[in-house]
Amino acid sequence: MDKFTTLTGIAAPMPLVNIDTDMIIPKLFLKTIKRSGLGKNLFDEMRFDRDGNENPDFVLNQPAYRNAEIIVAGDNFGCGSSREHAPWALLDFGIRCVISTSFADIFFNNCFKNGILPVVLPAEAVNYLMDDATNGANARITVDLESQVVTASDGKTFPFEVDAFKKHCLMNGLDDIGLSLEKVSAIDAYEERAKLQYPWV
Amino acid sequence: MTAPKTLYDKIWDAHVAQEAEDGTCLLYIDRHLVHEVTSPQAFEGLRLAGRSVRAPGKTIAVPDHNVPTTEDRVKGIDNEESRIQVDALDKNAKDFGIHYYPVSDVRQGIVHIVGPEQGWTLPGMTVVCGDSHTATHGAFGSLAHGIGTSEVEHVLATQTLIQRKGKNMKVEITGKLMPGVTAKDITLAVIGKTGTAGGTGYVIEYCGEAIRALSMEGRMTVCNMAIEGGARAGLIAPDETTFAYVMGRPHAPKGAAWEAALAYWKTLYTDEGAHFDKVVTLRGEDIQPVVTWGTSPEDVLPINATVPSPDDFTGGKVEAVKRALDYMGLTPGQKLTDVKIDTVFIGSCTNGRIEDLRAAAAVLKGKKIADGVRAMVVPGSGLVRAQAEEEGLAQIFIDAGFEWRMAGCSMCLAMNPDQLAPGERCASTSNRNFEGRQGYKGRTHLLSPGMAAAAAVTGHLTDVRDFA
Repeated sequence: MDKFTTLTGIAAPMPLVNIDTDMIIPKLFLKTIKRSGLGKNLFDEMRFDRDGNENPDFVLNQPAYRNAEIIVAGDNFGCGSSREHAPWALLDFGIRCVISTSFADIFFNNCFKNGILPVVLPAEAVNYLMDDATNGANARITVDLESQVVTASDGKTFPFEVDAFKKHCLMNGLDDIGLSLEKVSAIDAYEERAKLQYPWV
Repeated sequence: MTAPKTLYDKIWDAHVAQEAEDGTCLLYIDRHLVHEVTSPQAFEGLRLAGRSVRAPGKTIAVPDHNVPTTEDRVKGIDNEESRIQVDALDKNAKDFGIHYYPVSDVRQGIVHIVGPEQGWTLPGMTVVCGDSHTATHGAFGSLAHGIGTSEVEHVLATQTLIQRKGKNMKVEITGKLMPGVTAKDITLAVIGKTGTAGGTGYVIEYCGEAIRALSMEGRMTVCNMAIEGGARAGLIAPDETTFAYVMGRPHAPKGAAWEAALAYWKTLYTDEGAHFDKVVTLRGEDIQPVVTWGTSPEDVLPINATVPSPDDFTGGKVEAVKRALDYMGLTPGQKLTDVKIDTVFIGSCTNGRIEDLRAAAAVLKGKKIADGVRAMVVPGSGLVRAQAEEEGLAQIFIDAGFEWRMAGCSMCLAMNPDQLAPGERCASTSNRNFEGRQGYKGRTHLLSPGMAAAAAVTGHLTDVRDFA
């Protein structure tokens, strides 16, 4: 997993609320046995018509946002299906950070496993950054994970909270299976205990 | 004396293998369910790292999302990508020695129907699957939730998850349900009240007289859609109804083990005075048969209501509703019962169990579906299908003009050939009405099996209570 430390980039505004993972990556593209190559189908049904032509109104098709690395989104981003193909598609497109007032739990967790930082901010802050993002390539937003601050293009800053363990893993690009396997003696001990307490499991 | 605990607290505490100072826990997982769509990358990850499955005996796999539901499927899957995915699961199950129900097995079906049916899901357990509707298993008083593929790999390798404890939310349904009102109406009504993000960060415990009165099938329907309300998991404390369902299932404990398990399961309830961070209460008598009109499960109204206007909403929802009405082809003020439908889908992990088929068949008996309507029943498992055939339900569906299909996820998410055409409108017993969910530009109205059957007969959304 790639580390995430500081990112300065173009932010695409997506004010729609309840953007679900079916929108982020439609099921048609879940028939892969790989993690890579999903960026071309990110937001497929919003981005393209049935013949594969771009929808010019869709934000990521507009010249200013083709290289966006951040999405500023409406409430409850990533709701619905648990498909990790959603963060895989975002990452493959080049998105490393999503900013919203709230995220669905499973999507939120999936982001951290893939080097994507989901930032939760209050509605006023998200609205401010949403406005900032509408300025396109002229407005570059900075997300600093170490100091936990988002900086708008005019220098206005917004501090955010993040789980300390998740931050540590993201900043160092750590594989958490490796970390958990270091605790195998605790898992062994649990299994021994459980065998006596809950032998039917 | 220890502080009073919620049911969630008790199950959580019983599964913490290690807790770090900051509260991050390694939570032990008792059952890991696996399907073909969200697992191939996880098994590949194991192979690349030279890791094995830590507890293959606690890992159960079944293909469901991609499988065709036509009887000729035994000859193989036409779609190459789907076939590759199912073949990969076949191979992974064999290579890693995990329990497996292949397409050819009569016990095959939707993973969330097969788990309980086979007795893999038991009270007090932790159950995970790379699928958001894992919440279904909470009906047994087990802590069950969906995970992503990286977490699937983590569970395969370590039989644990790295987790922080969520908050406790109580959803109480008091009193009794009125005739024609079902578990599906309860779960949709709750989402209508709390919104799709109302449960984010919480584990919900459903309780109250109306919940107690539900069968296990109904309880699974309620918990199934906890995720649609944003909650990671939904729980119902186990009781005699639960124990009676579990007893005698192939993987349920037997003899002395059963007695020991039962004694433990009877301790799985929320203690008097335990703290909930949020409480929502609905009167059972107030819940009506409901239907969704928009593209989010929170867009739900009683069937006798009219389509709302964007002006009825505030904030970001105004634009979302404009978009939803345009997508759904509906006009504010239009009566929901005037909305004509093209397709009816009865099935899914929400409503693909025997009780659901009985409810639909009771409405359909002796009737025909409306001209021009395409209707299909996709039983949740091969065993549900067999039981429905034995009970004569299959014949009722066939006589009414329904297609009688093989088990799978089917048109709930339309990864297999069962899909809506653009603009086609479906009365569906599934769980999501998202844009494109049942097919590109397809339009979905979520409702109960009885309401779906009534809509099939009339050709438009219909109040099942007016339908004798």
